[in-house]
Amino acid sequence: MEDKKQSYFGEVGSALKTLATGLKVTMKEYFTPKTTEQYPENRKTTLHVAKRHRGRLVFKRVTEDEVNDPQIQKRGLKVGDYKCTACTMCERACPNDTIKITSHMETDPETGRKKKVLDDYQYDLGDCMFCELCVNACNFDAIEFVNDFENSVFDRSKLVLHLDKEKYQGGSLPNIIDGGADWSVGTFNTKTK
Amino acid sequence: MEKVYILSSLPQMFDSLLRDTCGLSNFWAVLIECVLVGLLVLAAYATLAIILIFMERKVCAYFQCRIGPMRVGPWGTLQVIADVLKMLIKEIFFVDRSDKLLYCIAPFLVIIASVGTFSFLPWSQGWNVLDFNVGIFLLTAISSIGVIGIFMAGWASNNKYSVVSAMRGAVQLISYEMSLGLCLISAVILTGTMQISGIVEAQTGPWQWLIFQGHIPAILAFLVFCIAGNAEANRGPFDLAEAESELTAGYHTEYSGMGFGFFYLAEYLNLFVVSGIATTVFLGGWAPVNIGIAAFDSVMDYIPGIVWFLGKTFVVVFLLMWIRWTFPRLRIDQILKLEWKYLMPLSLCIIVLMVICVSFGLTFTING
Repeated sequence: MEDKKQSYFGEVGSALKTLATGLKVTMKEYFTPKTTEQYPENRKTTLHVAKRHRGRLVFKRVTEDEVNDPQIQKRGLKVGDYKCTACTMCERACPNDTIKITSHMETDPETGRKKKVLDDYQYDLGDCMFCELCVNACNFDAIEFVNDFENSVFDRSKLVLHLDKEKYQGGSLPNIIDGGADWSVGTFNTKTK
Repeated sequence: MEKVYILSSLPQMFDSLLRDTCGLSNFWAVLIECVLVGLLVLAAYATLAIILIFMERKVCAYFQCRIGPMRVGPWGTLQVIADVLKMLIKEIFFVDRSDKLLYCIAPFLVIIASVGTFSFLPWSQGWNVLDFNVGIFLLTAISSIGVIGIFMAGWASNNKYSVVSAMRGAVQLISYEMSLGLCLISAVILTGTMQISGIVEAQTGPWQWLIFQGHIPAILAFLVFCIAGNAEANRGPFDLAEAESELTAGYHTEYSGMGFGFFYLAEYLNLFVVSGIATTVFLGGWAPVNIGIAAFDSVMDYIPGIVWFLGKTFVVVFLLMWIRWTFPRLRIDQILKLEWKYLMPLSLCIIVLMVICVSFGLTFTING
């Protein structure tokens, strides 16, 4: 360490200078608009949840645009069908054993081809650690994470979801899937409903 | 130039109401007045404590880029009242093998010192509860009782943290009382009186606050007073008597319920008292802002003294909070170094400078 010995008055001067710097910083902070979210109050007004936020897993459904996709047509999917083929890549990728897929083999009577058919896609939200490895492992773009984060329930068994049976209608809040309100820094997010 | 300000004759009016209109004897009149004044002082004490705690929480939050309590009541205003209720219904328990008597007395000593100094504050012209001819001296004397309370609390708790904290508190409070007293003396030199009402009276009129009247030495004395006062109130960068990270809560670690509540109240009211004294001595107390223009001054004179006093005091309180939430805590040796090597010599210099200014007539006065 370099020895920065100062004189008595030099010390006083530099002390005052640094103290003044600190005071300036805090005074600036005092008048900076606060970004604290008033969460339960602003649920329906100014709440913003980033789209990439991982709230829970859902099945992606075939949309109007996708129907004409050759891959989708080849598999004979209609609008609103899920894309899962029960390949269990996600189940194997999951570090927590969150996903349990049950399926059976079915033979197509026309072509005589064997094909896996999904019986049940069980996803335990309570076990999930939201690592997104399942989504990365999926070859069919069948699952995705949505930012629907208000998932608390009173019974743990209610967290066990069957993604193929449910029709995901969007989050518990309006427009939450699109990110809710515009994200803005430096405003009072204190508006209540 | 005895000028009478608005509402200054209120106590006299009340006195004559009791004596003449109601025809009470001297004994009953004085008794009723004493009880009323006592109630008023305690009520003001409690109200100001609540206001100060709320202010501290909000100001602290704003300095830390938060918004503070928001849930209880509109804008969080009832939060402190909820806290007080919680504290009132908590159990008061005694620590095993503690010194029971000292343990019980300590919070009362602290609160007595705090209420005692609080009642000295000049709220408005003629509104002094106590107005001795050596008021400012008595005030410093009474405020020192608090040190004994802190020391007792630490000693009686049978807890090492508390003892260490009490030692620190005592050494810090005794040291900083030095420069606090010296700054007050420099104000006494300037005004020529120790009576609190006299000190404020000397600051009425255009540009007559001591901080303007005494220019350089007075401004320096005000700064030193603020630093020493912050230390005296056990706050700000000098709160190492209750350094949470090292000593849990310091000397009030073993206190619960209202025992702790008294220490808490005293801490905030000491902040107010220190600011109040700084206001009284340097910023003109209840004296309104007068700039020498008759129209402006007469408008200002219509604002009651208590508004001026509280307004100025809260400005100083804000300054002290600003300091508290900006600076990191000092180490015990740094605290003593700051006092004995820097502040004390500086305040001695201030006294000498002030004496020179006063004796050679270099003070700033407009004769009107």
